[in-house]
Amino acid sequence: MEATTLAQALRQALIEEMRRDDFVVLLGEDIGVLGGAYTVTAGLLEMFGEERVRDTPISETGIVGAAVGAAMTGLRPVAEIQFNDFLTCAMDPICNQAAKLRFMMGGQVKIPVVIRAPIGASGRAAQHSQSLEAWFMHTPGLKVVMPSTPYDAKGLLKTAIRDDNPVMFFEHKLLYGARSPGGKAQTAVGSLTEVYRPAPEDDYTIPLGVADIKRQGRDVTIVATGFMVHQALRAAQALDKHGIDVEIIDPRTLAPLDKETILRSVEKTSRLVVVSEDVMTCGVASEISALVAEHAIFSLDAPIKRISVPDTPIPFAPVMERAVIPQVERITETVKALLS
Amino acid sequence: MEKTLALTLYRQMVQIRRFEEELFRLFLKRPMPGSMHQYIGQEAVAVGVCAHLAKEDYVTSTHRGHGHCIAKGVEIKAIMAEMFAKKTGCCKGMGGSMHIADFGVGMLGANAIVGAGIPIATGAGWSCKARYPGRVSVAFFGEGAANEGAFHEGINLAAVWRLPVVFVCENNLYNFSVHYKKTMLLDNVADRAAAYGIPGQVVDGMDLLAVYGGAGEAIKRARQGDGPTLLECKTYRFMGHSRFEPAGYRSKEEVEAWKKRDPIPMFREWLLKSLLASEAEFEEIDNAVTKEIEAAVAFAEQSPDPEPDDYAPYIFA
Repeated sequence: MEATTLAQALRQALIEEMRRDDFVVLLGEDIGVLGGAYTVTAGLLEMFGEERVRDTPISETGIVGAAVGAAMTGLRPVAEIQFNDFLTCAMDPICNQAAKLRFMMGGQVKIPVVIRAPIGASGRAAQHSQSLEAWFMHTPGLKVVMPSTPYDAKGLLKTAIRDDNPVMFFEHKLLYGARSPGGKAQTAVGSLTEVYRPAPEDDYTIPLGVADIKRQGRDVTIVATGFMVHQALRAAQALDKHGIDVEIIDPRTLAPLDKETILRSVEKTSRLVVVSEDVMTCGVASEISALVAEHAIFSLDAPIKRISVPDTPIPFAPVMERAVIPQVERITETVKALLS
Repeated sequence: MEKTLALTLYRQMVQIRRFEEELFRLFLKRPMPGSMHQYIGQEAVAVGVCAHLAKEDYVTSTHRGHGHCIAKGVEIKAIMAEMFAKKTGCCKGMGGSMHIADFGVGMLGANAIVGAGIPIATGAGWSCKARYPGRVSVAFFGEGAANEGAFHEGINLAAVWRLPVVFVCENNLYNFSVHYKKTMLLDNVADRAAAYGIPGQVVDGMDLLAVYGGAGEAIKRARQGDGPTLLECKTYRFMGHSRFEPAGYRSKEEVEAWKKRDPIPMFREWLLKSLLASEAEFEEIDNAVTKEIEAAVAFAEQSPDPEPDDYAPYIFA
């Protein structure tokens, strides 16, 4: 059956890879009996048994550290960290161990570990709402993946599991399309366009480092990640009515980053807006802006614009959260100003 | 313990001692890259534990890792070349003293982050259980690591999953400059085993036979599927924390008292008395080790440096 939500697509990828390779194993908080905070691992404990689907103590350092040790010695662990905010408790095993051990040991070891974590704001205040992907782009030795559709999520997760390097896999909460155990989790899935493409039941993979053009256009390039791809699409629909034709590039993976596709698009449109849900300073949008400034500045007819979270933790009150997270209106206004 | 094994273990302790002494000399007499943390005084721990391990078993180590590497069977000339940052080093000059590793003999790496090897050993234990039943993994760490979160999380996880891991705490009394009694209220790190529902045992880390005995039981339990053990070896580093660090925070009396319990002469004494080893046998071992270390230095000196771009292929597989 085709997977129509991100949660279903990720689950399908895990099942297929676990059937393909007996040494793919899962670990994380509440991934077994509960089936994961966002149902990505629902039913997998029954399907594969508790040797391969392991509920863990609440121990992020232990989870990632053990996953790294297991990956070094013959397993292919996929660790789930319940919210990406909790990655702060596992920074050593991620950034000093997973990212560097192969390097420091002169290439003797492969570390095929995937660390999955939900990102994005959904009304839960500053310790459950962040988008920390830029931290990991800043750590050589890690790959960073950020799908925006079920189709991409499945193909990218299967590739990530088969990759012999550590992969950080960031999933946006509003795109899961699954209810949380509390039942009140926000979702955007009902309101998305056909770009939120279902994943077929086929065994397919999507290479890391290849961006996807989610919308072709002439006048301005918007590079957007995760849920922001869909915000950019809404903005593009609105701008279309004003005669502005937007091209939307979804990098899909931030490390490696498909620089070629971004630069080619900017050379065509001569304008760049980057929309990301992380914090502006030293963030995803900053890096992509620097890339274009360095390599394509003479193609630009207007200044580059970054639309990210201002340098603030995510506030709790919905009205304030909305004020800091990039919204469709902010994108349309920015693009209009750029073309006026 | 029969004599052939005893002489092999004696030889390993001498290898570690001579290796470290030669390095100290090298750091004094010529520019050497980086720094080092010497294992002198603690030899009985690495040797007594690794005596029970096969090549396929796994070990994680620490910033003070030369002894673990030699005891686990990493080639001395490859370690020496790594100390010289040469292309022929076991890590191709990419890691140096604090990252010596050799996957061919199950040495998963020295590690410069205190405590980091503990959860990694837990993960290796998971691989043993899932893929290679009968294999075990061992984490070496100092008493300072026992106050890191990684200690708690790594041991607890191995305990609840009943993994074949032995956690070997080398309590050399000092977290760099701070006596461990100022960092924890318990006398023994091993007492913390109770918190994880696993056996904890304290042994005399200066006595090779005591370490050998304690480690033997713990590793046997792990191989049989009876889960992890926390084994604490009371020991002492005869040198400073790193390179020429003078360790002025320790009294002369304390250092001298521990040096009287030097694990190598103690074991030699036992070999003479109980197994009737001869001076000639010791002399043969000592001479062979001296030659081996000389050859390792010559190998390292003659080895090529890496090229400036050599690092690039190692970032990703």
